[in-house]
Amino acid sequence: MANESGGMKMIDKFNIGRRAVMGGAAGAAAFGLVGAAQAQKPLVIGFIYVGPRDDYGYNQAHAEAAAILKKMPGVKVVEEEKVPETVAVEKSMESMINLDGATLVFPTSFGYFDPHMLKEAAKYPAIQFRHCGGLWTQGKHPMNTGSYFGYIDEAQYVAGIVAGSTSKSGKLGFVAAKPIPQVLRNINAFTLGAQTVNPKITTQAIFTGDWAMPVKEAEATNSMIAQGVDVVTCHVDSPKVVIETAERAGIFSSGYHCNQAKLAPKGYLTGAEWAWEKVYTDMVNDMKSGKAPGNFVRGGLKEGFVRTSAYGPAAQGKDKADAAKDAILGGSLAIYKGGLKDNKGNTVIPAGTSYLITEPKLESMNYLVEGVIGSTS
Amino acid sequence: MGQALERIAVPMLALLASAALFGLLLAIYQRVDPLEAFALMYQGAFGSWFSFQNTLSRAAPLILTALCTALPARLGLVIIGNEGALVVGGVAAAAAGIAAGSAPPLVVQLAMAIAAMIAGGAWIALAGGLRQFRGVNETISSLLLTYIAIALMNHFVEGPLRDPSSLNKPSTWPIGDANMIGPIPGTDVHWGLVYGIVACLICYVVQRFTTWGFAMQVIGGNPKTARMMGLDVRRYVLLACAAGGAAAGLAGMVEVAAVHGKANASLAVGYGYAGILVSFLARHHPLAIVPVAILLGGLSASGGLLQRRLDLPDAAVVVLQGIIFVAILASETLYGRLGRKAEAR
Repeated sequence: MANESGGMKMIDKFNIGRRAVMGGAAGAAAFGLVGAAQAQKPLVIGFIYVGPRDDYGYNQAHAEAAAILKKMPGVKVVEEEKVPETVAVEKSMESMINLDGATLVFPTSFGYFDPHMLKEAAKYPAIQFRHCGGLWTQGKHPMNTGSYFGYIDEAQYVAGIVAGSTSKSGKLGFVAAKPIPQVLRNINAFTLGAQTVNPKITTQAIFTGDWAMPVKEAEATNSMIAQGVDVVTCHVDSPKVVIETAERAGIFSSGYHCNQAKLAPKGYLTGAEWAWEKVYTDMVNDMKSGKAPGNFVRGGLKEGFVRTSAYGPAAQGKDKADAAKDAILGGSLAIYKGGLKDNKGNTVIPAGTSYLITEPKLESMNYLVEGVIGSTS
Repeated sequence: MGQALERIAVPMLALLASAALFGLLLAIYQRVDPLEAFALMYQGAFGSWFSFQNTLSRAAPLILTALCTALPARLGLVIIGNEGALVVGGVAAAAAGIAAGSAPPLVVQLAMAIAAMIAGGAWIALAGGLRQFRGVNETISSLLLTYIAIALMNHFVEGPLRDPSSLNKPSTWPIGDANMIGPIPGTDVHWGLVYGIVACLICYVVQRFTTWGFAMQVIGGNPKTARMMGLDVRRYVLLACAAGGAAAGLAGMVEVAAVHGKANASLAVGYGYAGILVSFLARHHPLAIVPVAILLGGLSASGGLLQRRLDLPDAAVVVLQGIIFVAILASETLYGRLGRKAEAR
């Protein structure tokens, strides 16, 4: 990785590290918010990932955005991958603060928030911590912490329209990790999107039980293919296995987290992607102008927090998908509206009610909509 | 005297050889100056008070989980179900903590520790029992029991013990801040480190100075002879397995009571598997476990710095661990040879 000049650069970094340590927390604080104007000292930003940076999934989506930050002037990005959600992440944060002089830390995995990030935030009140996942609550959590998240179910809804238009069998497949609200929202939005094209369409949902279960993900995909499913998507940390398995079997796939078109040049239709660079550049610009980044940051397609992958060669229904996207951008389309039934026949949204994507009730979703084959328990 | 020297010299040689090989790999494949990498590793693991505490925090759970392999190893068993024992221990501790709830913190903590040790101990005793009573290979059964343990944890965490407010990361109810065991005063390393060191000392004393320890050594040497001598092999096997499992279970309790404040999937992050490595590297010697765990803790503490400063992948440290493991196992053949040369001189 390192080139010829690597050695020299290293020595340089070493000195910065030592100075930051000697300065201690106070020094770090000074060049965090107040002294950001001092141009010669870069703003050091720490990124922590729970899995590998090149997983074609959750972690890569963050790492790609971090790579964009690296190009910003006066910004230095330090990264650590495969950090478990335990003492290790606490120490990684501290190490970035103590040894690298980081003043803004992004622990990107959901499980880093409580207690790990909160513990470090109390210990280092002058350092800014922003967490991906949307758990921050005003009054409950310290002001040097915050959370950001995207309404990616909007992108899933659009991807569902393409999937529904392309599918010949009318059977879609969804490989999911755990039946938690974030995942259920994606399964439901994907299905609701597909149902706008063909009301009879079904989505087979299979839960693997955890975020990285490559063998089970392959088994689930294969079993769905055997049942006649011809478009699959997923919500696991790395969609690589699902997408590759689908491509090998000659069926279509819809991506998640980041763009997997490379893995399935024939069958990749589109996908729901994070656009974290938007969030990160905003926050870094705040830091550079001496402001603390937002504490509760949310956005969907409109705010540019999420996007859909460029359509693949096999994608159908692009016009309908584009129209839906425009309607979401214009605020005239509600994904979750009554009368909506779950797949057990209970009405979950009464007729005449329509929820904005920001509706708090959606955050505790515990059902699968009609047309999804599968169970949340 | 010569033997004691050899016991230190051989692993040291193996470590030096591993470091040399790792340095060579770094220079050839990553084009990184090995000396610079080693300097960074030292800085990240032991270079400052912060770094050393980082190392100790990571070493603490490994000391306890290593005992889960080391104690049965004395009897010739190869137990690798450490992760499972830790997980059931953690869940049992959380359950006990929730149940004991409003009792004084010390009572709650004691209840948690006892519950964890019983659960972990029973878990590994099960593997020992399967071996003694049904002839099932204990290595395989203990490994498979780990998968069952994780499935059980998921069941409890997502079912009966779930805090309904833990929406996107299912967890048990919290045990409450008052019931947490804080850090060792003057440090930010949790008490698990002290539990681990004390447990190792106790194990050493039992193994070295009691008839129990001697009996276990005899069984490890030759179970048939032990049986002929009238030793109750079954009882000792179950006892050693239970003690080992209890240590790993206690590690689970520490994770709940000192780190997470509740039980969830973060219990199964690989401390159990790392413990197997520590035990083998320490050649199952209770006193050697402590420095070896600190060494591995240091490796993992320095891994972050290697990633950040040299752009090395996380796998770099894993590769080094692998090299050390193979080198230490290979160095077993050196025992006796070095000694003989020394005597000849």
